[in-house]
Amino acid sequence: MQNYTVFVPRLVPKKEPFAPGHRACIGCGEALAVRLACKAFPPNTIVANATGCMEVISSQYPMTAWRVPWIHVLFENTAAIASGIEAALKAMARKGLRPDDGTKVVAMGGDGGTSDIGLQALSGALERGHDLLYICFDNEAYMNTGIQRSSATPFGASTTTSPSGIKSIGQKTWKKNMAAIAAAHDIPYVATASHSYPHDLMAKVAKGIAVPGPAYIHILSVCPTGWRSAPDLSIRLGRLAVETGVFPLYEIEDGEYKMSLELPKLRPVEDYLNLQGRFRHLSEDTIKEIQERVVAEYERIKEKTG
Amino acid sequence: MSDRGHLEGEHFMSGDDACAEGAISAGCRFFAGYPITPATEIAERMSDRLPEVDGTYIQMEDELGSMAAVVGASCGGVKAMTATSGPGFSLMMENIGLGIMLETPCVVVNVQRAGPSTGLPTMVAQGDMMQARWGSHGCYSIIAVSPDSPQEVYDLTIKAFNLAERFRLPVLVMTDAAVGHMYEKVVIPPLSEIELVPRRRPNVPPEEYWPYMPDDDLVPPMANTGEGYRFHATGLTHDEQGYPEMTAEAQDRLVRRLVEKVERYRDEIIEVEEDSIEGSEVVVCTYGITARVAMIAVERARQEGIRVGMLRLITIWPFPQDRISEIARQVKAFVVPEINYGQISLEVERSAAGRAGTILVPHMGGDVHNPETILEAIRQAVK
Repeated sequence: MQNYTVFVPRLVPKKEPFAPGHRACIGCGEALAVRLACKAFPPNTIVANATGCMEVISSQYPMTAWRVPWIHVLFENTAAIASGIEAALKAMARKGLRPDDGTKVVAMGGDGGTSDIGLQALSGALERGHDLLYICFDNEAYMNTGIQRSSATPFGASTTTSPSGIKSIGQKTWKKNMAAIAAAHDIPYVATASHSYPHDLMAKVAKGIAVPGPAYIHILSVCPTGWRSAPDLSIRLGRLAVETGVFPLYEIEDGEYKMSLELPKLRPVEDYLNLQGRFRHLSEDTIKEIQERVVAEYERIKEKTG
Repeated sequence: MSDRGHLEGEHFMSGDDACAEGAISAGCRFFAGYPITPATEIAERMSDRLPEVDGTYIQMEDELGSMAAVVGASCGGVKAMTATSGPGFSLMMENIGLGIMLETPCVVVNVQRAGPSTGLPTMVAQGDMMQARWGSHGCYSIIAVSPDSPQEVYDLTIKAFNLAERFRLPVLVMTDAAVGHMYEKVVIPPLSEIELVPRRRPNVPPEEYWPYMPDDDLVPPMANTGEGYRFHATGLTHDEQGYPEMTAEAQDRLVRRLVEKVERYRDEIIEVEEDSIEGSEVVVCTYGITARVAMIAVERARQEGIRVGMLRLITIWPFPQDRISEIARQVKAFVVPEINYGQISLEVERSAAGRAGTILVPHMGGDVHNPETILEAIRQAVK
């Protein structure tokens, strides 16, 4: 909680639609992000949840963490199932078979379920214009099956299917830009968020649910197990990702970019990379390459806000 | 082929690891896959090992992509494989059909877990046996094998590549979570002792080559795409030149050949393991991990004085119906334990054709059978 001065517990809703006592690893950023997101839900919210860590750790009988209607779906179809739920709610209300009580639909998946196998279903849902919020909880690899790379895994990270070694520096591709892909659908609201900025995260979730039509929020979720980082550093790593410019926080409202945080100066990426075992093999040259890319990307997003 | 990557010697390894090593021994140099329990270890090992033998590992965006990339790699001239489990196997079905239609040799491994849907991701089942046979739409024949140990996973993965090249089609290795995660001794023989079937190459000049003109055994020689031969392949019903032909006659010619090229060589393909079938009054017929559990029941039944034989199916598809039909003339009944609600038992029943009974010992998955349930079925069979 370095330099953290704005946390006011009494401003955080007390309700816990995502109950404690689940089976997430120690220091799980994703479980925290889900908990915070759920606090921002309006009273009637239905959740569709893709296969992944969150399904496994939160739903095992008899200790489900979900105090909202929750449907676990397959890996690739969260957005499509959520589309069906949303369309059904509308149709039922139109026919007078259920009250139009403002029930909201939230679809959630991990980075694999969103940027790889679920991308087609997500694109379809955004294009059709369903009134739903899709949240990607991005821990940057397939952590549930044991740390395999995804298209959201950052450049240089070692995973079990992008192992670093003589022939490889680890992940050879740059992280897929999901926020830009979502924004390209011309939907009313897109945002990035971090569990280390809880008020910002909750405000964005509330906004995403409130806007009519589809909304997409991409939340970087620190994973000590997969990132090979100390569990007590998860909050700090979330903040470092933002402060180094590795994961900028911004909103895209009706196509307008807006930075969520004014950073006078970016910290060097080493501050972020050095705390994680998945980057420990990186050479100075590679870190320099990452640094240049991060700055360029950050400037590119900042320009759009101008 | 580089010798550096062939790990000759005795190992203590899992079925999944043995699968990857079998593939590398067989000359597989391309793996496209997607993480899924309990098959992920195959992808992990391939991502580690393939770079050592100048091979290519690609992690795809899903299983549709994985299977399609394998078909593409095979057309490009590389021995290719993917590995998955239940939900992924379902997603691969469309492109397995494409592999059948384009006649691309490749290997698909299914480390079975309990379904339907997400089911029990970490736990054993044998519920995909009929899906292996009929899962893709349309009419075709398939080859599927079922190993019961890490050693046999190694051996059958090599065999699967050989069958794929010999008959030009996707061959399925139907293992399961128990065998996949089981650690046992695996002996990898010297490379020189491993028999490998090379791809059947065109024996005519490029200008005379028709991609789907079969040899006498119904299998067409295969040119690699982009090496100078006319390579025109399509998922549409096609003629011998590979051009679409939308007629019932062309459909009859093509589909009949796709089925017959396998069915005519059933005897060459089919492998079973028999134990004390002669003189038995009941035969336990099973496969994969269940065969090892059933051996306990068979031994106990023999101690009780029951004359019981064991027929272990190593090849599942094409189904060893002729041998079962023969055995049906001499026994009272077949006992068929399997970790599903009756799939291969239906084939046994069909093959026995009323000459002997068939007693299914089902298990819904998540665990192997209690041998006692199989023993009880054996006792019933001889009553």
